Amino acid sequence: MSVFNYHKDQQGIVTITMDMTGPVNAMNAEYKVAMHDAVNRLEREEGLVGVILASAKRVFFAGADLKDLVRATPDYAEDIYRDTQRIKHDMRRLEKLPVPVVAAINGAALGGGYELSLACNRRIAVNHRAVKIGLPECSLGLFPAGGGIVRLTHLIGVQAALDIILGSKQMTPEKALAVGMIDQLVETLDDLIPTAKRWLIDVQSQPDAALQPWDRKGHKVAGGAINTPKNAQYAAVAPTMLHQKTRGLLPNATAAMDIAFQASMLDVDTALRIESREFVKVVTGAVAKNMITTFFFQLNQINAGASRPQGVAKNPTRKLGVLGAGMMGQGIAYVAAMAGIQVVLKDMTLESAEKGKAYTIALLAKQTSRGRLDAAKAEVIADLIKPTICDTDLAGCDLIIEAVFENIALKNTITQSTEQYLSGDGHWGSNTSTLPITQLAEASAKPENFIGIHFFSPVDKMPLIEIIAGEKTSDATLAKAFDFAQQIGKTPIVVNDSLGFFTSRTFSTYLDEGAKLLVEGVHPVKIENLAKATGMAVGPLQVQDETSLELSRKVSETWAAMGIVDKWGDGETQRRMVKDMITDNGRGGRHHGGGYYDYHADGSKSIWPGLFELYYDDSVEVVDRDIQDRLMFRQVIETLKCYQTGVLRSVADGNIGSIMGIGAPAHTGGFIQFVNSYGFSAFIQRCDELSAAYGARFNCPEIVKQRAASGELFT
Amino acid sequence: MTHSAYIYDAIRTPRSKGKKDGALHEVKPIELGAGLLKALQQRNDLDTAYVDDVLMGCVSPVGEQGSDIAKMIVQRAGWDESVAGVQLNRFCASGLEAVNTGAQKIASGWEQLVVAGGVECMSRVPMGSDGGAWASDAAFSIDTSFVPQGIGADTIATLDGYSREDVDAYALESQRRAAHARDNGYFDRSIVPVLDSNGFSILQHDDFIKPQSSMEGLGGLRASFEQMGSMGFDAMMIKKYNTLDRIDHVHTPGNSSGIVDGASAVLIGSERAGKDLGLTARGRIVAGAILASDPIIMLTAPGPSAVKCLHTAGLTENDIDLWEINEAFAAVAMRYMRDLDIDHSVTNVNGGAIAMGHPLGATGAMLLSSMLDELERRDLRRGMLSLCVGGGMGISCIIERA
Repeated sequence: MSVFNYHKDQQGIVTITMDMTGPVNAMNAEYKVAMHDAVNRLEREEGLVGVILASAKRVFFAGADLKDLVRATPDYAEDIYRDTQRIKHDMRRLEKLPVPVVAAINGAALGGGYELSLACNRRIAVNHRAVKIGLPECSLGLFPAGGGIVRLTHLIGVQAALDIILGSKQMTPEKALAVGMIDQLVETLDDLIPTAKRWLIDVQSQPDAALQPWDRKGHKVAGGAINTPKNAQYAAVAPTMLHQKTRGLLPNATAAMDIAFQASMLDVDTALRIESREFVKVVTGAVAKNMITTFFFQLNQINAGASRPQGVAKNPTRKLGVLGAGMMGQGIAYVAAMAGIQVVLKDMTLESAEKGKAYTIALLAKQTSRGRLDAAKAEVIADLIKPTICDTDLAGCDLIIEAVFENIALKNTITQSTEQYLSGDGHWGSNTSTLPITQLAEASAKPENFIGIHFFSPVDKMPLIEIIAGEKTSDATLAKAFDFAQQIGKTPIVVNDSLGFFTSRTFSTYLDEGAKLLVEGVHPVKIENLAKATGMAVGPLQVQDETSLELSRKVSETWAAMGIVDKWGDGETQRRMVKDMITDNGRGGRHHGGGYYDYHADGSKSIWPGLFELYYDDSVEVVDRDIQDRLMFRQVIETLKCYQTGVLRSVADGNIGSIMGIGAPAHTGGFIQFVNSYGFSAFIQRCDELSAAYGARFNCPEIVKQRAASGELFT
Repeated sequence: MTHSAYIYDAIRTPRSKGKKDGALHEVKPIELGAGLLKALQQRNDLDTAYVDDVLMGCVSPVGEQGSDIAKMIVQRAGWDESVAGVQLNRFCASGLEAVNTGAQKIASGWEQLVVAGGVECMSRVPMGSDGGAWASDAAFSIDTSFVPQGIGADTIATLDGYSREDVDAYALESQRRAAHARDNGYFDRSIVPVLDSNGFSILQHDDFIKPQSSMEGLGGLRASFEQMGSMGFDAMMIKKYNTLDRIDHVHTPGNSSGIVDGASAVLIGSERAGKDLGLTARGRIVAGAILASDPIIMLTAPGPSAVKCLHTAGLTENDIDLWEINEAFAAVAMRYMRDLDIDHSVTNVNGGAIAMGHPLGATGAMLLSSMLDELERRDLRRGMLSLCVGGGMGISCIIERA
């Protein structure tokens, strides 16, 4: 008995209902057999009028098994190619049956699921929001290789297909219908199979209905082949636009575009073969492995609550107090209100508090003007925020987040004067990026209810929250913060308390190494460009300007006042920069009179010429590769130290935190996965080289040597 | 070299705007080429059966310029059926590549008499019509960083510090020199008017030159490659030239080579051919050179190719009296002069492609005729010809008077 239930009705329509072992239908070993048998049987079937491919699961079909793909290595390249071609050959046989085939899409059809439906003559989907349709492969370092690129290109044209494929878009059925990915909607699940049957009966006398567009005589790709004059401009510009986005670091994206271009000029069978060949290269490559590991397995692990204490009931936040309506406070108020949470936004003056709320109103207005939000809803959201100067308005808050200046005394005063307004089981979060939570918690009457909730700027855009558990922080408090993060749609990582936590501490090594290169005499523009070529979101000098050297100086002063100097490494370079830039030249950052850059009235910026006078030395020769590795290895090593000492509690938190919080290159899978991918012995060797040439800060962390000995990857 | 490659004649059509409203738009590419072959035959009372081969450069060899246009031109000109023809394409070097290859054929002793030149009707077969990996190969573009030439020219200007005023001033001078040369008949020996089938004249002289150009006028033109650069090509360039934080887009239609129609032909032969046919050599091809450098900036190889050519010829910069660098873009010519440490007063003395236009495949051999005329007019000995070439190539050729 196959897991594909085969049923032929009196009208001659065969319905194949996929009901595979496990929760979903997937493109695994079981599928291959079931599909192969089904196609064999269909080809032999007599009196056949049509075929319906349906699902017995809630999901139509879930695509390839990423557990298999993440293990694909070049050793198995030929097997993978043969296997891929075999699967695609059976899909090709399905679409070449002498009768039409309908995909009855009852649930999500993503990736391989949608590709399977593309090998049918008609796609009918239930119009329900659970029915997601799309090709998300590119976001995982892969591309749709089950005929997805080739068929979608032939179906809707190169440009439209690439827009969907490179964007890894998931769509509602209505949107999918609008772009031509599916052919018909039905409103209820009960309508699905009858509608499919009706169509099969209706087209019984139309021989073309059984032919895919690309198998019909005179078929032309929608919008024309890539080498037709009307596509000339797109053909010339699209690759460079893609390069600008990926910096050439995502081989899967390059391959996807290349395959779509070729598919538009070739017959489907040839193009499908090219798609398979390129897939083998991409799936066995490092980038796919890194991205699947981090963006699928580890992100799922985090989202499923692996770092949330077990056995604590969900504790959603109902009324949130935000103290300080500055840049961070107003952003926190906005994201909370967007999640439907009542917010009390308190500042020292009503004017400041109202300005904080105005930020939300402005963001909402932008959305309503673009038609993404209706005005009534926007008003409801804005009404959730109450700007105030009165502590008493905070009464009944089940969570208060303090977002005032990074000053221990100030924070302590506020904790002591305000925590009384929390509801009985309320919790206190400090949005500090650098101060020790354990120490801040000492000011609290209930240090077990005190926790660090570190937001990133700009709050509405940055997807990460770094939750910091102090020594006394209770499981219930940690769960509360975790739930809150998820409630406002952020990804939470959980770290243990330590100076600078994980993100700020690691991030500072990037700034420090950028500054070191600068004072050594390396061309400042080169530092920035090489950082970006490595895949960092922003160069170290620019990002230092954004976060401001002034802030770095204040943090160091605060730490110094606590008796902590150079805790995580030699701060000599930073002190020199503070003297040169702030003391001597009054350049504390973008919003402090300019910094490494001059900021012009027209919004552009250019390197401050003083940098050349102060530091640039054209006789200095640091090879590009060393510059790139220095910027990367500093951060990787610091991350490993955080993991080694338990500041980071999991590899997943380190990888996701580095990408979402620090801007680590996505293709590396994060700063810990970087080492798996680089190879332990190669990494140790490179650390030794860098350390010999540039100093002990590049010494390889012990944990890598241990892993090299045991062979155990960081997972 | 075993045999000297003599230049017995060198001619060209006038150049005209390579668009619908250009004077030569009504002329088929094969007619442009055939007109020159007929002129060579008449001017030299040539027994065409003596000619071994006709080499024609053409950069967009598709459509009307497709299927070995050189052989079509030979037939159209009514030359003896024994004459072969080959179209070749080394991008903008094609015309000079034809000359260098023709000279090699003579020098090797394999052949005695050839015609080398080029044809390009950019108005009828637009640039880029031939497609290619540059135009529609995503993996090639991304993996090898394909950047359009104009952005390469802007990058040279940015690296070398040529301002918009500098490149415009260069362009203005090109216009002034070209107009002066044309108006004083310096091009007359080479130019063969284009005639229709009745023998009526369609175009007698270069009409692309804009003698009324001014710094104000040039300064008002929009940068040609700024928008394209912002789409991602600047970023690709900066990845390679990583001390740049931006590209200054200084090139405009006013300081870049013009899109024109035109053709060229050079009669190259051995000493024996001259004796057999009673031809008097006007000059000799001394040496040629081809090389490539960075394909991303694409336009920096002319200087190095000239150095290589000098080396091949056993000469030095001091042995060269006049220099010709194809003015694909002002910055290309300026970089060439800087690389070779030569003065503008001996370079492109009668203007160049900024003023007269650059009919891609034909230009190389046009440089030769202009140079030979000018060496004769000034009674000088040697000239160097160079062009920047797609893919980062550079080509050069040294000629001397016989």
